[in-house]
Amino acid sequence: MAASFTNVDRIRRANSAFMTTLTGLCTLLTVGALIIILGHIAWQGIGSLNLQFLIDRPRPVGEGGGIGNAIVGSLVLLLISSAFGLPLGICVGIYLSEIGRGRLGGAVRFIVDTLTGIPSIVTGVFVYAIIVVPTKHFSALAGGVALAMIMIPIVARTTEEMLKLVPHSLREGALALGAPQWRVILGVVVPAAAPGIATGAMLAIARISGETAPLLFTAFGSRFFPESLNQPIASLTVQIYNYAISPYDEWHAQAWAATLVLMTLVLGINIIVRFLTRKKF
Amino acid sequence: MNTDLTDLKTINADFYSVPRPSAPVETSSAKTKVAVRDLDFFYGRVQALHQISIEIPERIVMAFIGPSGCGKSTFLRTLNRMNDVIPGTRVGGEVLIDDHDIYAPGTDVVDLRRRVGMVFQKSNPFPKSIFDNVAYGLRINRVTSSGSELEGRVEQALKDAALWSEVKDRLKTSALSLSGGQQQRLCIARALAIRPEVLLMDEPASALDPIATSKIEELIFDLKKQYTIVIVTHNMQQAARVSDRTAFFLLGKLIEVNATEKIFTAPSVKTTEDYITGRFG
Repeated sequence: MAASFTNVDRIRRANSAFMTTLTGLCTLLTVGALIIILGHIAWQGIGSLNLQFLIDRPRPVGEGGGIGNAIVGSLVLLLISSAFGLPLGICVGIYLSEIGRGRLGGAVRFIVDTLTGIPSIVTGVFVYAIIVVPTKHFSALAGGVALAMIMIPIVARTTEEMLKLVPHSLREGALALGAPQWRVILGVVVPAAAPGIATGAMLAIARISGETAPLLFTAFGSRFFPESLNQPIASLTVQIYNYAISPYDEWHAQAWAATLVLMTLVLGINIIVRFLTRKKF
Repeated sequence: MNTDLTDLKTINADFYSVPRPSAPVETSSAKTKVAVRDLDFFYGRVQALHQISIEIPERIVMAFIGPSGCGKSTFLRTLNRMNDVIPGTRVGGEVLIDDHDIYAPGTDVVDLRRRVGMVFQKSNPFPKSIFDNVAYGLRINRVTSSGSELEGRVEQALKDAALWSEVKDRLKTSALSLSGGQQQRLCIARALAIRPEVLLMDEPASALDPIATSKIEELIFDLKKQYTIVIVTHNMQQAARVSDRTAFFLLGKLIEVNATEKIFTAPSVKTTEDYITGRFG
């Protein structure tokens, strides 16, 4: 008995300690990288960050200027894309979870999954072909549509998953009271899944707020505050891209600061998501 | 050990010989509320029910007993066409409620479910307030014309379900804050609010403690003055306590149906006796 208490046990403990250390190291590596990225952006960006920078529009090199128009532009683009993408995505999610059974439902689900995997630059080129070319100019609307196309599959699938988490017994309970299917969906199932659907929507917004590629051919970018949805519009991501590839140190510094603003924006959205998911009925 | 067992047997014998509070209603004297003729039921290719024929008189409690998987819940769910929501199911034969075949083409399932209410095994309150849960059926069926009438009906339903005194001061709080037994009585109140003619109960007390169970049983006893009640139960003592008539199911077939007293004291079929005395099941 005493023998088993020494040798075998020692090997098992060594194994356990090794695996614990390994998983710990992997975690440290991943989280460490994230912290280094965040820290570097903050360190590089904080220097150029001031109120003037947040509200002014871009100026020629040496004259300062800011990213106020890009912040406004990004918010406008998020609004347009949410206006198209959220209702459509949620409706598709409801269809997939509640109505679409059999082959058509399966086909729709496959298409939605495929859409999720399409590189965002392809979406940009597609919207360029169907909106920018016929209208003959870049526009905020085209940018919003491109972002919406990225949103729809994400929102649809998260909505579907959230609706599937609603216990079947709730649907039966409502049906047994004489509720027609559409009232069961709108009155019971969707409200029960609302916090989860909101989370999915927020995550989709966080995701597209970091997109650059689909905006290059659609919203294009602008050095002025937006006046109309039919004109090119600035966005934080494209602004960062343009400044980062410029040869000027001042613009590089501004790109860092704009990155910090963007990161804060996405972080803020994620914190809101966490807050919403914590609240449960 | 031996004395314990003898005691238990004596208790059981006493239990069955206790005079019942009300005489069982004779089929011949009461109007038939539900009549089922040669009902077959299929889940895809699997036949779950074979040639079931049974008559349920008005304003009695009918209990369905039998081992797990014998089809008693499936049969209960054919009475308000709740199985319609399961894909791939098929029904043969007739279910007549007040001499109207509910599987006849053109039957309004929504109206049927208003007349034949259902309480499920697991309580399934909607994630809404207590008031809104009970008001749900009234609202979707547009039963009431004014807010005060709605409040009156909700209060009455909660009183009928013996829950009013416990919840009257917190009607606006979440139904999910109630205890398990209260939630089940809330579901009964929700079903009663639209005043169905028949109330189907699928093992309504199986997940409840003895005290909550006895409350539900007392409630069933009160409710049969107004409603025809069909209850599925695993618990034979419960069937003996609450029902006037009992039907015994086995492997998708109706083996025997008779006055509860007869079933539990002098069953006419050997299989019923074997089940009731605990030789199998």
